[in-house]
Amino acid sequence: MDTKELAKRIRLHAVKMTSRGRSSHVGAALSMADIIAVLYGSAMRVDSANPVWSLRDRFILSKGHAGAAVYAALAETGFFPVQKLETHYQNGSQLSGHVSHKGIPGVEFSTGSLGHGLPVGTGMAKAGKLHHASHRVFVLLSDGECDEGSNWEPILFAGHHQLDNLVAIVDYNKIQSLAPVAETLALEPFADKWRSFGWAVVEVAGHDHTQLVDVFAKVPAEKGKPTCIIAHTIKGKGVSFMENSVLWHYRTASGQELTDALQELEDAA
Amino acid sequence: MRDQFIQRLMLMAEQNPKIMLITGDLGFGVLDDYRRRFPDQFINAGVSEQNMTGLATGLAMEGHVVFTYSIANFVFMRCLEQIRNDAAYHDCNVNVVCVGGGFSYGALGISHHATEDLAIMRSLPDVTVVCPCDDWEAREATDAVARTSGVSYLRLDKSSAGDTQQPGEIFQLGTIRTLREGHDLTLVACGGIVEEVLRAAGELDRAGIQCRVLSVHTLKPLDSAALESAALETGGIVTIEEHTVHGGLGGAVAESLLDGNVRPQRFLRIGLRDGFSSIVGSQVYLRKHYRMDSAAITAAVQEMLAGKVSETRAA
Repeated sequence: MDTKELAKRIRLHAVKMTSRGRSSHVGAALSMADIIAVLYGSAMRVDSANPVWSLRDRFILSKGHAGAAVYAALAETGFFPVQKLETHYQNGSQLSGHVSHKGIPGVEFSTGSLGHGLPVGTGMAKAGKLHHASHRVFVLLSDGECDEGSNWEPILFAGHHQLDNLVAIVDYNKIQSLAPVAETLALEPFADKWRSFGWAVVEVAGHDHTQLVDVFAKVPAEKGKPTCIIAHTIKGKGVSFMENSVLWHYRTASGQELTDALQELEDAA
Repeated sequence: MRDQFIQRLMLMAEQNPKIMLITGDLGFGVLDDYRRRFPDQFINAGVSEQNMTGLATGLAMEGHVVFTYSIANFVFMRCLEQIRNDAAYHDCNVNVVCVGGGFSYGALGISHHATEDLAIMRSLPDVTVVCPCDDWEAREATDAVARTSGVSYLRLDKSSAGDTQQPGEIFQLGTIRTLREGHDLTLVACGGIVEEVLRAAGELDRAGIQCRVLSVHTLKPLDSAALESAALETGGIVTIEEHTVHGGLGGAVAESLLDGNVRPQRFLRIGLRDGFSSIVGSQVYLRKHYRMDSAAITAAVQEMLAGKVSETRAA
C-alpha cells in the first residue's frame, strides 16, 4: 500500500472511530494523517511481525488525543487486525481515546497529558547514543502542546547533548483547543525558537508526501543536532467542512455529517 | 543516609553498567566520586525535574535501571505526573530518590519540607514506597529497589536511628522489622525519626512500660501481618512519622488493621496535623515544636495508657 492510500484509510478510520465512540479530536487526527502515513508506510524502520524489534525506529505520539490515527496506521500496516479498530472508545476495549500501549502491539508509549512525549523520547535518544544504536526516535507534537514548559526542558537538553538521532515533528495546524494558536499563545517566530535551542529546523508542507518522504530521508538535517520538522498542516484536512475549524477539535460527526465526511474522503484522489 | 546511598550505588554501578543516576542539578560534593568514576552512567538533567523524570523513563524503556535524585519535594512533586503516567504506567525501573525527608532541611522553609510525600507516593498504583530509618536500611534499600521492577520511591533522611541491624539480619523489602520487643504497646515508625522513637522506648522502659518498636521501612507493599500481631499482642498502636498524619504511615497502618478486621486496644497517630510550618528550625527543633520528639512521644504514650486524651491528638 502506498502512503497516499494509507493516509486515506487512516482518515476514513479516524472519522468512523471517533463517530462510533462519540469521541473528540477528529480534526487533530486528520491533521496528522499524512505524517503518520509517511512514517509508518515509508520512513520508519519497523516490523509489524516483531513490534519490539530492538533495531526499530521509536515513535511517540505526544499529542495522544489523536491516537485514533495511530491505531488506524498500526492496524493497516499489520500490527493488529483492522477489526480491532471497531472497539475504539467502547466499554471494555484497550483502544482508549488517548493512545495507550497496553495490549496494543506497535504503540511505543502511552500519552494523553500533553508535554510528556518529548522528555521520554529524549531519554530514548540518549540511550540510543549510549548504546551506539542506529535507530532514530520520532516524537510527534501538536502546536498547542508547545505551550507546555515540559517540552522546552528536553528541547534545551537535546540541543545541548547533540542528540541527532532525535526528531521532533510539530503538527502545526495553527488551531488549538479553544482558538487559533496565534490568539492563544503565539509561537512565532517558531523555527527560530528551536534553532536558538540548538536544533536543526526544516519546514515542510505537512500534507505533501513527496516533501515528507524527502525530509525524513535526510534526518538528521544537520549532523550533531536534533531535528525539528515543522509540518504546516490544516486541522481537519480532507473533510472540507472540518478544515480550519476550531469546532472540530471536539465535535463528533454523526448522521448526514458522517455520510458526507466519508463520501468526501472516499472520493479523494 | 545520602552518603550511604551513593556509596552503595557506586558498588552497584561498578557491577551493572545499566545503572544510571540522573540528578536535577543537586548533590554538590556528594556526587563527585560517582560522576568521576561513572561518566557514562551519570546525567545532570539541569534544573528540570519533569525532563529528568521523562529522561529516566526513556532510558529505563531502553533497559537502564535509573535513579533520579534531588532534594525533598523537587524529585517527585513537580514531576508527579511524569512519575505516574510515564514511569509507573510503563512499568519502568525508575527509582525516585528524595534526599531530605520530613524536616531534614527544616530551616530552609516549607518548599524544602517533604511532609506529604509518603501519602502522595503510596497512592500511586504499582509504586513501591521505602523510607529507611538508618544507614543500613538505606544501603540495603538502594540495592533492593534496583532489583524491584517498576517505580520505587526512596525517602532518605538526614537523621538516622544509628545502627539497627541485628547480627546476621537480611534486609527484605515489604517486611516490618522489630527493633525492640515489648508487650505493653507498639510504637510503629518509619524514617530517621525512629531515633526519637527508640529513645522514647528507652525512657518508657525506665518508667516500667515495655514498648515494641517497629521500623516500617516499606510503606508499600505494607507488611500487614506484623501490624496485626502487634495489635493483638500488645496494648495498642502508636504511629510516629515526620510527615502529615493524613494518608501517611499512621493512615496506612489504620487502613491495614481495619481491613484485616483487627482493632487495637488503643490507637494514636503522632505526626503533623494541618497547616504549613513557617517556623525556622532545625530538624531537632521542629520535631520538638511539633511534639514528635522523644519527650513528646513518651508523654503521649503515658497519657494514653493513663486513659487521658493525648495533647498531641487534641492538637
